[in-house]
Amino acid sequence: MKSETKLLAPLSSKDIEKLEVGDKVSLSGIIYTARDAAHKRLVETLKRGKKLPFNPEGQVIYYVGPAPARPGRVIGSAGPTTSSRMDPYAIYLMEAGVKGMIGKGSRGQKVKEAMRKYKAVYFAAVGGVAALLSQYIKKAEVIAYEDLGAEAIRRLEVEDFPLLVVNDTKGGDLYQEGTRQYSMSV
Amino acid sequence: MREVKAGGIARAVKKLCMDANYYLPSDVIDALKEGYRKEESPVGKDVLLQILKNVKIAAQQKIPLCQDTGLAVFFIDLGQEVRIIGGNLEDAIDKGVKEGYLKGYLRKSVVSDPLFKRTNSKDNTPSVIHIRIVPGNKIKIILAPKGGGAENMSRVAMLKPADGVEGVKDFVIETVKRAGANSCPPVIVGVGIGGNFEKAPCLAKRALLRKIGEHNPDERYARLEDELLARINNVGIGPQGLGGRVTALAVNIEWFPCHIASLPIAVNIQCHSARHKEIEI
Repeated sequence: MKSETKLLAPLSSKDIEKLEVGDKVSLSGIIYTARDAAHKRLVETLKRGKKLPFNPEGQVIYYVGPAPARPGRVIGSAGPTTSSRMDPYAIYLMEAGVKGMIGKGSRGQKVKEAMRKYKAVYFAAVGGVAALLSQYIKKAEVIAYEDLGAEAIRRLEVEDFPLLVVNDTKGGDLYQEGTRQYSMSV
Repeated sequence: MREVKAGGIARAVKKLCMDANYYLPSDVIDALKEGYRKEESPVGKDVLLQILKNVKIAAQQKIPLCQDTGLAVFFIDLGQEVRIIGGNLEDAIDKGVKEGYLKGYLRKSVVSDPLFKRTNSKDNTPSVIHIRIVPGNKIKIILAPKGGGAENMSRVAMLKPADGVEGVKDFVIETVKRAGANSCPPVIVGVGIGGNFEKAPCLAKRALLRKIGEHNPDERYARLEDELLARINNVGIGPQGLGGRVTALAVNIEWFPCHIASLPIAVNIQCHSARHKEIEI
């Protein structure tokens, strides 16, 4: 396994371009949550030429709908959801300046091409380890679409959030490369 | 007739919802530990380590293993000598789900209308309930919270009888391949063979309730389970689809007689957070 890169979000183009498929990343800083329903609204907002509820420049979007927080806690369990459902919207957000996406599962060809074009990366967090991942979230605040409940947009402050680079800006894909490496003819 | 109060059923269901989402069954934990020992990929090993850490944290802090606390799927074996008083069974179950998901800080993941409005029902109801009337005076309630990720990658097909055993094998392996990283491997593969269009997926889902390591009592099907598991683990998908040996922890097959013209097959994929819990009243 490769060594770990520490990154601070929001990200710069410089941060992004040195990342390679398979890199372990430990992410700190500010990120925003959005999944299906929020993406639909965000893209509708962009299409109407309106401003997004947060400045998209350099931002990292975490595809998650967290569980409710127990009293006294920052957030409930919060692991990644399947990213391909966000594929129809992701390109618009990259065009608006988004530099990173966190989720699980593979992305479509068009999204991968857009990552090369707009210099953005796709990170995987481990799916289904939501209790563990919630421990790296130090602050959480709903900033938009509160009516969507778990799907509302939250501003998260994370510390050393563990990620892997799945798609870099050069067109690599960790899912394909990893599976090929361990595949025996079946 | 033995009388059982609807309120008691609701209370039992409330507790089941919380327990099922906080504590992973011990057979699944053991299989994950075994997977960690077997896995050759360093990235895969790291994933399995995170999964095992997560199991501990969820139990210690009483927080859900996965943020997707699922659709509440119930399998009820209702003894025919039971009379439910003070309410009806399905309402009692949904009342328990409502309270369990609210008081247990579990995510509400149900939209009231699948197509047009898609607004969240805000209490995780209605549940999906399968009821079987059985001899006796007890009620067995099994809850299997089912997340969306692996469910979305499940498939059903009406094969031709001529497709035979090879057709079945190809369909199962193709389904796991297509699911790839999306279904949160290592997975448990539930396979339903036979019955008809709606029976096969019910068998596949029921197969997921079986303990890991237990086989179909029919030797031919047990051998098929072993062969499929070995072949799936040679595909290379690995933990979280990042490459590796441990793609599935088990393949469980259930079967049922079928029409002379048919060979229905369903594959229901279960993510590594294979939650289910039962209680008998």
